[in-house]
Amino acid sequence: MAVGVLARPRAGSMSRRRLRRNVEGWLFIAPVMFGVLAFYFVPILVSLFTSFTNWDGLTPYTFIGLDNYERLLTRDQFFRRTLVNTLYYAAGHIPLTILCALGLALLCNRKMPGVTWYRTAYFTPVITNVVAIGLVWSYFYAPGVGILNWFLSLFGVQGPSWLTDVTWAMPAVILVSVWHGIGYPMVILLAGLQGVPESLYEAAKIDGAGTWQRFRNVTFPMITPSLFFLTITQFISSFQVFGLIYILTHGGPANSTNVYIYNLYQNAFQFSKMGYASAMAWILFAIIATVTIVQWKLQKRWVFYE
Amino acid sequence: MANVSLDLARPAAAARTAGSVRTRRLTVDLFFYVLMTGLAIVFVAPLVWMVGASLKPEPEVLAIPPTFIPRQFEWQNYVEVWGVVPRFLYNSVKLALLSVVGALFFSSLAAYAFARIEFAGRDLAFSVLLSTLMVPGIVTLIPLYIIYRNIGWIDTHYPLWVPRALHSVFAIFLLRQFFKQIPRDLEDAAEIDGASTFRIYWNIMLPQVKPALAAVGIFSFLDSWNDLFGPLIFLNSIGNQTLPVALALFQGEFFSQVSVLMAGATLTVLPVLVIYFSAQKYFIQGITLTGIKG
Repeated sequence: MAVGVLARPRAGSMSRRRLRRNVEGWLFIAPVMFGVLAFYFVPILVSLFTSFTNWDGLTPYTFIGLDNYERLLTRDQFFRRTLVNTLYYAAGHIPLTILCALGLALLCNRKMPGVTWYRTAYFTPVITNVVAIGLVWSYFYAPGVGILNWFLSLFGVQGPSWLTDVTWAMPAVILVSVWHGIGYPMVILLAGLQGVPESLYEAAKIDGAGTWQRFRNVTFPMITPSLFFLTITQFISSFQVFGLIYILTHGGPANSTNVYIYNLYQNAFQFSKMGYASAMAWILFAIIATVTIVQWKLQKRWVFYE
Repeated sequence: MANVSLDLARPAAAARTAGSVRTRRLTVDLFFYVLMTGLAIVFVAPLVWMVGASLKPEPEVLAIPPTFIPRQFEWQNYVEVWGVVPRFLYNSVKLALLSVVGALFFSSLAAYAFARIEFAGRDLAFSVLLSTLMVPGIVTLIPLYIIYRNIGWIDTHYPLWVPRALHSVFAIFLLRQFFKQIPRDLEDAAEIDGASTFRIYWNIMLPQVKPALAAVGIFSFLDSWNDLFGPLIFLNSIGNQTLPVALALFQGEFFSQVSVLMAGATLTVLPVLVIYFSAQKYFIQGITLTGIKG
């Protein structure tokens, strides 16, 4: 706009300029707007439509109204089982990840020479491929020759056959998921910690606050926004866990690690129940949206904003 | 650090306690170094084991007690894996490059317009774009599969890079933030000189947001390279498969030995590690931005 003032254009050229800006603007965003339409809005409509049919995606289909939803919510015992498995996973994964990430972030926030090397090390698993690390861990978990059970045997403990044991398969998956995913929340929390003004600690120290009191009354309130962000994103991602399950257990043994997305994947791409799986996807969306809204409402109780 | 300097500010007390403070601090630091090193081993050991296993003769891989550094180096594993992986590696590299270049160009183009060009419907278009972040990707996956099947994209590479090039909402969002921070003077001067809008974007504005471009490039590379769901669902023939998914699918067929499988896994992880160690700054910066904006 400054240019307009400088050049003092006549009214005609001004509106021509505005027209040109409109055309340019839309030309610049045209590719991504096409992308949003083609890879988002059209699929959303197709998905919604498909969820009311018994379509296999290829042969002719029948419109069956809310049948898919009704069956999922009231009759499908297996669906309920996978939902419970997912909740089990989330209940293990989310608190462990956030607590351990907070611990690591506090350690990495100490002012010591070489501390960034440690941050680098803790972050490394996040970027490594889930297939590669899944394969590595499946050998660690192997009952006869695995490193984990060899390690436990040094302390006289006889380890279970982790991934093929109904009781231990899920904890084993959770352990790897925490190991694999911790770097991301750690970096977020570290940024939160580094944003706490030094003056607050100085003031607390002058008031005679000890280490724990400083953490409880200064550090913790100041990083609650980061923690809030993490509880939301971790919930969303743990309800969509797939990769590790696919590599480590394929949902087994006896479906003890068959989680929401794995079940959806099987329905859609192994049993060709596209309509049913689409309804599952929408129910998942409803679950995620509801929990996120509830968390959003609850944030007033514990999240501290300056 | 800070509390020590505070103590030293009081000369009389400092003279008496400086020595003991120093030794205490040293023990505390030592304790933390040991603790943090132990933890670092936990996080790095599986990867070290992977690289180690890829260099061991097969019987040593699963020997108990385990070795991390091979007693005897077996380079033959890599010769063997090289007989299998070039096809998969090529597919992975090709898809990653197309995704990165596409996402960088189209996202920065749109981000520039959203940040700097005033045009009718701009804010509406941007909110439409942001609204797509609400619905999880799994909802669109099944219809996309149906659509791709109808337009003949199944078992081609298009589904694995075209959407990434054209629909990287996070990249657009991040780049827009950066474009907005650049002072107007540069653009104004160029406009008076008669440069076209595209030239301004390409020659003047893009070089200003290099750190953001680096972050976006790294994230789309990782997203493409580490994708499991996409190749698993959209590709059928062996020859089209990406490296990581080939490892998962053809374990028994092409990688029957654990040592060879681990050589393949090492090749999968290595490019990512190289990028990570050389561009760590942009990495952390990009992640931190998602956290703050979120």
